[in-house]
Amino acid sequence: MSSQTESPSFAALRRLFESRIAVLDGAMGTMIQGYSLTEADFRGSRFASHPKDLKGNNDLLSITRPDVIEAIHGEYFAAGADLVETNTFNSTVISQADYGMEALVPELNAAAVAAARRAARKAEAKDPSRPRFVAGAIGPLNRTLSMSPDVNRPDYRAVTWDQVVGAYLEQARALAKAGVDALLIETIFDTLNAKAALFATELLFDETGVRLPVMISVTITDASGRTLSGQTISAFYTSIAHAKPFSVGINCALGGKQMRPYVEELASIADCYVTCYPNAGLPNAFGGYDESPEDMAAVLGDFARNGWLNMVGGCCGSTPAHIAAVAKAVAQIPPRRLSGQPVAMRLSGLEQLTVA
Amino acid sequence: MPPLPSASQFIVIGERTNITGSPKFAKALKAGDWDSCLAIARQQVESGANVIDINVDEALIEGEPTMVKFLNLIAAEPEISRVPVMIDSSKWSVLEAGLKCVQGKSIVNSISLKDGEGEFIRRARLVRRYGASAVVMAFDEQGQASTRDEKVRICTRAYRILTEKAGFPAEDIIFDPNILTVATGIEEHNNYAVDFFEATKVIKERLPHAKVSGGVSNVSFSFRGNNPVREAIHTVFLYHAIRAGMDMAILNAGMLGVYEEIPKDLLERVEDVILNRRPDATERLVTLADQLKASHGGASKIESKEDLAWREAPVEARLSHALVKGIDAFIEQDTEEARANTSKYPRPLNIIEGPLMDGMRVVGDLFGAGKMFLPQVVKSARVMKKSVAYLTPFMEEEKKRLVASGGVARTQGRIVMATVKGDVHDIGKNIVGVVLACNNYDVIDLGVLVPCEKILAAARENNADAVGLSGLITPSLDEMVHVAKEMTRTGMTVPLLIGGATTSAAHTAVKIAPEYAHGVVHVLDASRVVNVVSSLLSPELKPAYLAGALSKQNELREDFAARRSRKPLLPIQAARARRQEFDWTKADIARPEFLGTRVYPEVPLAEIVPFIDWGPFFSAWELHGRYPEILTDPVVGVEATKLFEDAQRLLSRIVTERRFTAKAVMGFWPCNASGDDILVYTDESRSGVAATFHMLRQQLVKPDDQFNHCLADFIAPVSSGRLDYMGGFAVTAGHGVEAFAAQFRAASDDYSAIMAQALGDRLAEALAELLHKRAREACGFGKTENLGYADLIREKYRGIRPAPGYPACPDHTEKPILFGLLGAEAATGITLTESCAMAPASSVSGWYLNHPDSKYFGVGKLGRDQVEEYAGRKGWTVATAEKWLGPYLDYDKA
Repeated sequence: MSSQTESPSFAALRRLFESRIAVLDGAMGTMIQGYSLTEADFRGSRFASHPKDLKGNNDLLSITRPDVIEAIHGEYFAAGADLVETNTFNSTVISQADYGMEALVPELNAAAVAAARRAARKAEAKDPSRPRFVAGAIGPLNRTLSMSPDVNRPDYRAVTWDQVVGAYLEQARALAKAGVDALLIETIFDTLNAKAALFATELLFDETGVRLPVMISVTITDASGRTLSGQTISAFYTSIAHAKPFSVGINCALGGKQMRPYVEELASIADCYVTCYPNAGLPNAFGGYDESPEDMAAVLGDFARNGWLNMVGGCCGSTPAHIAAVAKAVAQIPPRRLSGQPVAMRLSGLEQLTVA
Repeated sequence: MPPLPSASQFIVIGERTNITGSPKFAKALKAGDWDSCLAIARQQVESGANVIDINVDEALIEGEPTMVKFLNLIAAEPEISRVPVMIDSSKWSVLEAGLKCVQGKSIVNSISLKDGEGEFIRRARLVRRYGASAVVMAFDEQGQASTRDEKVRICTRAYRILTEKAGFPAEDIIFDPNILTVATGIEEHNNYAVDFFEATKVIKERLPHAKVSGGVSNVSFSFRGNNPVREAIHTVFLYHAIRAGMDMAILNAGMLGVYEEIPKDLLERVEDVILNRRPDATERLVTLADQLKASHGGASKIESKEDLAWREAPVEARLSHALVKGIDAFIEQDTEEARANTSKYPRPLNIIEGPLMDGMRVVGDLFGAGKMFLPQVVKSARVMKKSVAYLTPFMEEEKKRLVASGGVARTQGRIVMATVKGDVHDIGKNIVGVVLACNNYDVIDLGVLVPCEKILAAARENNADAVGLSGLITPSLDEMVHVAKEMTRTGMTVPLLIGGATTSAAHTAVKIAPEYAHGVVHVLDASRVVNVVSSLLSPELKPAYLAGALSKQNELREDFAARRSRKPLLPIQAARARRQEFDWTKADIARPEFLGTRVYPEVPLAEIVPFIDWGPFFSAWELHGRYPEILTDPVVGVEATKLFEDAQRLLSRIVTERRFTAKAVMGFWPCNASGDDILVYTDESRSGVAATFHMLRQQLVKPDDQFNHCLADFIAPVSSGRLDYMGGFAVTAGHGVEAFAAQFRAASDDYSAIMAQALGDRLAEALAELLHKRAREACGFGKTENLGYADLIREKYRGIRPAPGYPACPDHTEKPILFGLLGAEAATGITLTESCAMAPASSVSGWYLNHPDSKYFGVGKLGRDQVEEYAGRKGWTVATAEKWLGPYLDYDKA
């Protein structure tokens, strides 16, 4: 736990977040589907004889079809995004185990950052007045620390804290080494996984001596207003506030409309920047998303006008057209002013407890 | 807990899942009986622990895997994992293993300077990194602090190191300045409690944001085996420690007495010891403790010095006494004594039909004679239920053995009750249910928001002898008419009972009774219900009773028709011409300091309590009179006082344990009146209309010096050229009420359940009063009003807060418009049912009108002309308007 300095991106991102509402990109998966890639595309020549099916391992495309990934990032920058997320949602040993690609984790992360950075440089070259940022996406894992996969053994866990910390540390280390501007721990549905990720980033900063901005985004799974692991939004924030995140927000699972009360509550309690990147509505009967760019822009514009937001973007089902509409909707709206709650001891279980 | 301001925030940390704090937990844990361990954890949360302490330190238990397994099991129990945990161990490795299992922000208990500064900093940083708070013991390299000065010195040093070297936030530090055992006979120990209080005071003053906690049971360790004395010591210790600033304590919430109720002699001697007031304090307390132990056996809870002579009587008399007096302390033991006497009571049912029903008959007689009051009856019912609950397993056992004999408890009759669709109010219905159950009726309560089909199906399936409907808001009246029609259509023949605040004998006679021929009876309140039901269910009494009811209803119908023809209404245009006019050029229009909404996500309950209007509380319990005079009333004073004391006790629990969550939102908007509508503008430029409120006007013929009022008259009209402002609000104290009441019901304690609901209603109304005060302040004129409690309750301030659905504006559908403007659902969690009732029930919403002459009035009956015009204004068909305004129509709908 030696002394640490802030990365240069810290100041640059702060300038952006203070000057206006920042814009994040939209969905990667939806866009990849548009390319109708085949198993052969995913494999390329390098993994032609890999023993497991690879179609669906979108993160692998950073290595086998970097042109596709870079082009998608480019479209989002062109639509008005200030930040894009690297194509690394599943680039950990735990998630890659499904494909037998654990050994590839450092390379997956490095290749993904490189693709995003190329797109960012090209966008900056077109408009040098606007800096563009690359956020290293850290996903939630397919194994959870708070919940048992076996209903008959509620105390059982499919993974340990130390394994999760190790997996996240390896990913974060590779992302930082490849030069991301920030780390984005996102689509959190189990706070304990997120706490392990935050523990890992602290270990990383100890190693490197450099702190990166850490952005956090949680997923409220349904109308109960709780995470999948059962926490309310205030209990969640209390559980992660010790990490002093650069921003905290809500993404995925719901459309913006359904997120409204939770975004409002988060904006009233967070003492860091607040972000929101919803799905393009709720999934329809065919698993697609129906919300138009205009719908999404109206909802996020309303949140912004209420003074709740510092960054907007899109999650599942959103496209560059959604991001363009959203960017336009918030362009003239001032960002949320940093505020916070009075000093008090705050604890949490599934619910928050304030000891005033 | 003494009701003092600091106590309302006091945090109770349950000690029963601490292996050293509970022999029962220790036994279960050693046996690997995880279900029992979880049950103990759950019981603590249910009995109000804000945090649960988990400690598995024991020589024969492997600490790390045991801590991990228990925390993982707790994570799967939402009722337990709702609250934060305190991970408690003397081994760092156990603490760290625990920290890796909890998703919430927990407390680590503990770290200290015992192993030196370096290790202390290392552990503090790790605790921080795991996202937890920490208990810091007043312990250093030299040992444990026992005097005031040592405690302060070590805590101050730890505070500096944590905040300056370890990057640990001050607000996450909890000091444990060591609660040490007093009255040990060793003179140096005599001042230990005083040292703790004084150290706590200094720590809280000098070390900003840090908290103080401690394990309370240690203080009374010398009195092991003498629980009454230990409880008294804990109660006294906490009383003084909270005053000194202690924020939280590890204790058994179930083993706490009430300071005021400790017998005087015991209190004095305990305080002598705790406060170290005299050299022979220990000796004197030991003497008294021995006497108490001799008389109580050492195991019973603190009892006020009441006469226990009744305990000498035979068991039947004791059961009857317990029922009449509502004492549940001995009921299980007495019930068991009766049950064990199988020569006298061969079957458990004999006890119910014998001594228990005898006792309840006495209760019923006293109640009927006005010698007992509803709160007592409900308490009696609680005792009865507990006794029956005790006997139930024996009866089931018996049933199993004697399937053939078919012994089933015979009841007087079976009644299906429900609050109708669209309505959530059920306090009155619950009271009626309890009173009926006390009288040995089998009550099937379907709850609230019950659709007609479900009521009728339940009545058929259960072969009910009567159906009871309840409702509070006006649209429920129509729903009751609907149920009556459906009962006719489906060929039912059992009597229908109608009750609830908006119902009346007149409405029942005019609207409901004509729809159902087999008896529709309005029940005014719970004291009448047994009389009504017993008459209706008795084949002998029923014909005469129904005939009497029918003839009364005929009179009411004739009355109603006569009154209507006697008093014609003014045409709406004529009524409008008789509006109250104001000189708007001179009117004092207050511009609020903000426009738009203000949300109060959680109003501390302690802030609301002083605004409670207790008058309606007594009415809810059918005790009539004004508060506070009712407390000294010659007839009901004694019972009212008891009820009030019980209410205060439960209220104090609700506040301390934060059982209810109070939320509020208010808003102000620019507006103008336009006819009888109020146009709410999007902003002060009046460029857009955000919403329109629709008001109704009195059409009664009134004397010359009175006006035909409409709420819109109190707002400057568009034609005045002046911009006016109005406000709106929605508040609730209802989140948590149902859950809390349900806990009591599950424990067969309807008395406390109804009390919890009644207090929820009072808190909601009080919050409305409190918020209105803030609203007046926001409008400027409230800042100087300087009104005391009595004047606030009498509403001696400028402005009114009429509620949609109530007499001045009886259309409930204005509520959704108001909710839309306020964002009320998101802000407060209040939802509207299809009848526009607010759920949870303990909620209030309304408008703020600030005109100095604004006042409440009742709109009264509405003529067809206004209803037709109103339908046009709302964009409704006339039939829709007639449906929503049904009870106010002065004519029969088509």
